[in-house]
Amino acid sequence: MGITFRKETFRDDFTFRNSPEHIRRFPFPFHEDSYMYAVNIEPHVVGPKGSVLQNLIDVDEHYVAEMQDRALVLAEDPLRCQSLPHMTLAGWDLLELLMEQQALAYPEHFTLARDGDRWRWINRPLGIDDSFTFGDVSTLPYGPMEYITRQSQGDFCILDQRDGNLWMDAGMVTTQADWSLDFDIGMNFFEWHAPVPLAHEKGIFVRALKFLTNIQQGKPARRLNWTMTINPRLDTSPENYHKWGPDRATVTPENVGDKVHLRVELQSFWRLPRSNAIVFPIRCYLIKMDELVMQPKWARRLHRVIRDLPEELATYKGLTRYRATLVEWLSKLDDGSATSPGFGPD
Amino acid sequence: MSTGTTKLDVIVSDVVPVNELVTRFHFRRRDGELLPTFSGGAHVVVEMRDGERTRLNPYSLMGSPLDTREYTISVRRDDAGRGGSLFMHRQVRPGTEMVVSYPVNLFSLDLRARKHLMLAGGIGITPFMAQTAQLAAEGGNFELHYTCRTASLGTYADLLKERYDRRVRLYHDDRDERVDLDRLLSSQPLGTHLYVCGPSGMIGWVRERAAALGWPPETVHFEHFAAPQPGAPFDVTLALSDKTISVDEQQSLLEAIEAAGVDPPYLCRGGVCGQCETNVISHDGKFIHNDHWLSEEDHRSGCKIMPCVSRFEGRSLVLER
Amino acid sequence: MAAKSIISRPVYGTLSPQPGKHHLFIADAEGALAIADLAAKAPADFFGGAHIIFIPGRDSKYADVLEALKPAQFYLGHSFASALPRLKQTLANAHMGLRLYLAGTEGLIGQAMQAALEAGIDHTSIQTEHRGSLARRMQCVHCKGITENVTTQPATCSHCGLLLLVRDHYSRRLAAFQGVCINAEDRSEIPPTEEVFR
Repeated sequence: MGITFRKETFRDDFTFRNSPEHIRRFPFPFHEDSYMYAVNIEPHVVGPKGSVLQNLIDVDEHYVAEMQDRALVLAEDPLRCQSLPHMTLAGWDLLELLMEQQALAYPEHFTLARDGDRWRWINRPLGIDDSFTFGDVSTLPYGPMEYITRQSQGDFCILDQRDGNLWMDAGMVTTQADWSLDFDIGMNFFEWHAPVPLAHEKGIFVRALKFLTNIQQGKPARRLNWTMTINPRLDTSPENYHKWGPDRATVTPENVGDKVHLRVELQSFWRLPRSNAIVFPIRCYLIKMDELVMQPKWARRLHRVIRDLPEELATYKGLTRYRATLVEWLSKLDDGSATSPGFGPD
Repeated sequence: MSTGTTKLDVIVSDVVPVNELVTRFHFRRRDGELLPTFSGGAHVVVEMRDGERTRLNPYSLMGSPLDTREYTISVRRDDAGRGGSLFMHRQVRPGTEMVVSYPVNLFSLDLRARKHLMLAGGIGITPFMAQTAQLAAEGGNFELHYTCRTASLGTYADLLKERYDRRVRLYHDDRDERVDLDRLLSSQPLGTHLYVCGPSGMIGWVRERAAALGWPPETVHFEHFAAPQPGAPFDVTLALSDKTISVDEQQSLLEAIEAAGVDPPYLCRGGVCGQCETNVISHDGKFIHNDHWLSEEDHRSGCKIMPCVSRFEGRSLVLER
Repeated sequence: MAAKSIISRPVYGTLSPQPGKHHLFIADAEGALAIADLAAKAPADFFGGAHIIFIPGRDSKYADVLEALKPAQFYLGHSFASALPRLKQTLANAHMGLRLYLAGTEGLIGQAMQAALEAGIDHTSIQTEHRGSLARRMQCVHCKGITENVTTQPATCSHCGLLLLVRDHYSRRLAAFQGVCINAEDRSEIPPTEEVFR
């Protein structure tokens, strides 16, 4: 039967909404009533039917609108998609991974036909039907990474593995939580995470790197990260901070439910076979407070998490200006009763 | 956070004697599907079920990464080894069903290199078979210098010469041909990366000369699998699993631990990847460290051991496993 | 300098002679003194295989200190920009075994390293020593323009005019610190400007 893709926007009139099914499947990131960094990495295996983990590369009702928003961002600022010269092979690896996964999980929307290096890719939602030679960049309208990530939800970073470290040497980053690919490209794992507070002192990145450099082919891993965004805006880049930053001053007790969004990143990590690089898809899920609090457990828990968040983290996540208003609004939905363990709604 | 590799069920599709010491084995998937793609320099761990005994040895994949219908490895017969290569040579036939790991690459090309300079000695040629095939297909800039004992033991030398012509230089020990290493290393353009695979003496020599001539360590790559060595039997207590096991002459400590039903993580089984690093709780005796992972300090401390390649002689050894 | 910094902030060392046959030095102003200090620790014939590119700056001091080391090649430049074609040519013709030493201001070290990275040298193999001014090269993350010699916090982008927080986050590829709008959420908030990078 297939997915019904919504017509909606992530800018200007912000018509983005989640359907009731998508509210229920939202990847709520807090398994307890407080939050602190941890190396929360686990194997990326298929999860329950109807969850965002039903398929390892998730396509949802926002697919077409997100791809349209990405095209707008790239037209304004082509530097959001970059690949250092030695990363082309990894781009082909990524193209293969995403085409195979999407065609496997959503055959009604995507078809991949392979005959040796002669490939044909059909993307029905976006009206694409291209035949090309795998490995030959002259047969595609863009480089392999750009071509396939213009057709895949989420941001993508490709990390080259050398000298026991991971190097951010290619990426398609148009829906990021306030970091700049153009600035960070070429940096190693510790350098691009440098601005993150507290986690370095806790040794989080040393352990995470050790894990990531040992990721094996066929055994991807994942973790969740989160932040908050005012309005359902995908492009919260530092490049445009001076344009979206003022939104943070517009939160009032009356509009919290509509304006404030929880933004969850499902990050996964895959070893790429030909290049031996790691690809790191960052799949972003947005939900407005009005939608989120339809699950009473999530409302109570989010209230406690945001209220008790260490100051450094609140600052880093950009919550400072509206945190008090949000906590006050959420407090009315928290009767103080216990929450059950785990992520899911009660 | 466990690591490790997925297994592949394969069937031996061909066994080809290459010369008096080396035999090539071809594997296909039992279900007829394609094998996973790999990158030049990758190895697989081959499980050898030899009666009661299971050996797991790593071998470099030597086919073209562009062809995933089959994997090929070349095994050099080691008459003094623990029997893995003898098992392969004597007992594995076309049609034998075997299990191999997913490919793992611990000897990856640095694709930033302006030029790839490769130095091979003996059976150390195998990872370069795949790497040259990969680079040639992409128009990559490489040069291979291959030292073998005699022309008849120059495994794949003729094939490489035929494929790549002047990009391959051969040196034969029996004709006193020797690579002029200092000159070679001093004439490479900026941005060259060096790869060396062969006997440990050769690896040590190349690394030492490269460092002396100003090559930064990031540009020097080496593949240094130590095959587990046989040795005197010894007993070990595994404290966490509350077991005491015996390691026999031809068995590695890791294999003995696995035979007891305890499964430490591993990738290379050759003392380089660090996965199976194990803490020593107490010992009374002498360690025989054969790995390239732990530091000199770790070796001296007696607090750690790499069970894939290292052994022990003495009265008692208690491990945190 | 800030007491506590972040991992992407470059850390400079002290120049020391490296193994190798060819040694390329690039320095400005007080950076010359770092080379002179290295010379005291170097083997006798070390500068016989050395090439020094020196940009003395306004004071025109220290050139004689370097000439006295008798390098195989010595070049005095008026600015980094005027030395760049020579540097690029030298790197393009160089062989493995060339060692690179950068000394002086952060701007000089950063820009010379940028040229070296493009030539295929790994940044970890480059010796650096900071001497002299702490003025920063800053990239505006919004308009991408580079502002040279930034000494204040915050600083105004010389291209788009936004008031920027000068972060410690540093890109070797751009040879610049990151500048991010300091009052994006409320443009009427204007923090005081302090002279901090001297």
